[in-house]
Amino acid sequence: MNQQRKAVALISGGLDSMLATKAVMEQGIHVEGINFFTGFCVEGHTHAIRKQDSDKPKRNNSLWVAEQLGIKLHIIDIIEEYKQVLLNPRHGYGANMNPCLDCKIFMVNKAKQWMTENGFDFIITGEVVGQRPMSQRKQTMPIVAAESGADDLLVRPLSAQNLPATLPEREGWISREKMYDFSGRSRKPQMALAKQFGFSDYAQPAGGCCFLTDEAYSHKLVDLWQARGKRDYDLDDVMLLKVGRHIRPKPHFKMIVAREDGEARFMSGYKKEFISMNCASHRGPLVLIDGAPNEDDLYLAGQITARYGQGREAGQVDVTIRSREGEERLIQVKPLAVDQIPQEWFV
Amino acid sequence: MSREVLNARRLLCPLPVIRTQDKVKTLNTGDILTVECTDPGVMQDIPAWCRINGHKVLEARAENGEYVIVLEVV
Repeated sequence: MNQQRKAVALISGGLDSMLATKAVMEQGIHVEGINFFTGFCVEGHTHAIRKQDSDKPKRNNSLWVAEQLGIKLHIIDIIEEYKQVLLNPRHGYGANMNPCLDCKIFMVNKAKQWMTENGFDFIITGEVVGQRPMSQRKQTMPIVAAESGADDLLVRPLSAQNLPATLPEREGWISREKMYDFSGRSRKPQMALAKQFGFSDYAQPAGGCCFLTDEAYSHKLVDLWQARGKRDYDLDDVMLLKVGRHIRPKPHFKMIVAREDGEARFMSGYKKEFISMNCASHRGPLVLIDGAPNEDDLYLAGQITARYGQGREAGQVDVTIRSREGEERLIQVKPLAVDQIPQEWFV
Repeated sequence: MSREVLNARRLLCPLPVIRTQDKVKTLNTGDILTVECTDPGVMQDIPAWCRINGHKVLEARAENGEYVIVLEVV
């Protein structure tokens, strides 16, 4: 009797990895999914934080995909290990702070480790030749296989017919003919295959699933490093860069201004880590102050805070300043006019 | 059978799921785990994780702005 072969699939929550996994499952392979959490994943957090997104489903797409496929999913926290990928990418960054090629190499390498530890035989990804400008090009896909150490145990079912035969194909565990020859950026072949497999609902992330591909987010991350004088971060930094309006009036302090109730609720969990302020005499946003502001800076921050509250046209607004220890005091400020906040203060 | 409580407050999904997954690995069949969270996303994600991995959700409730999931390890 033939040995039951087992594969681990990198499940992002998107359509491609879902289809790639299904294509291998159809060949009688036992598949389990793996999903890596870097901290920069778009899904989940922003929906959880922002009230305006409350009508959107809060499902985690990787869990949802696994459930549709009927496979187990292992979600792995790689926040700490991922720092080395982001801070020192061997292959550099993409258009923003996205180290896509190093990221893919790292994740496939982690999947290879998991595969070995758990007695699995090969790895599946949803990569498609020519689909992404950095990590999914004809020239870079062999680099991912080689530098991850996965080599010919890495199967890309959606583009398998465009790539050299892998060991599972050569050994006859899976059939090359039952995989595909997709290439390029068109989504039509994937949508047709989804229909063939009976998948009518799937995530279609616009602009990728990682905050590091986002220009505004990348600017905020670089600003954080410049202000601190070192390239480092922790999970709270990653989270706070996702919320609020970021304003840096001076190099040594930055304001994070909540834009709506959901963000304010989330940010209020950080009152013990930051000086915070809000309007007392009018409705207005919660503001966190990052850095080391002096008394003049706090007055300026109060004026900006008032600018974003309902007292923006008032002659004077009371602003509560709260220390990290919870001590509160009141100051009176004149709100800044809109043209008194230079554009370059906005991060 | 043991009863354990996991504090996953202030964590946003998928971290409560990851912490639940890691905790369940240390438990035995029949053990009961109560997960206390502040992210409403857990009401969908932890039951989904349980369905995928064959564990049983005994209760999922919202109380005082928090979300509590009680599951049995199968």
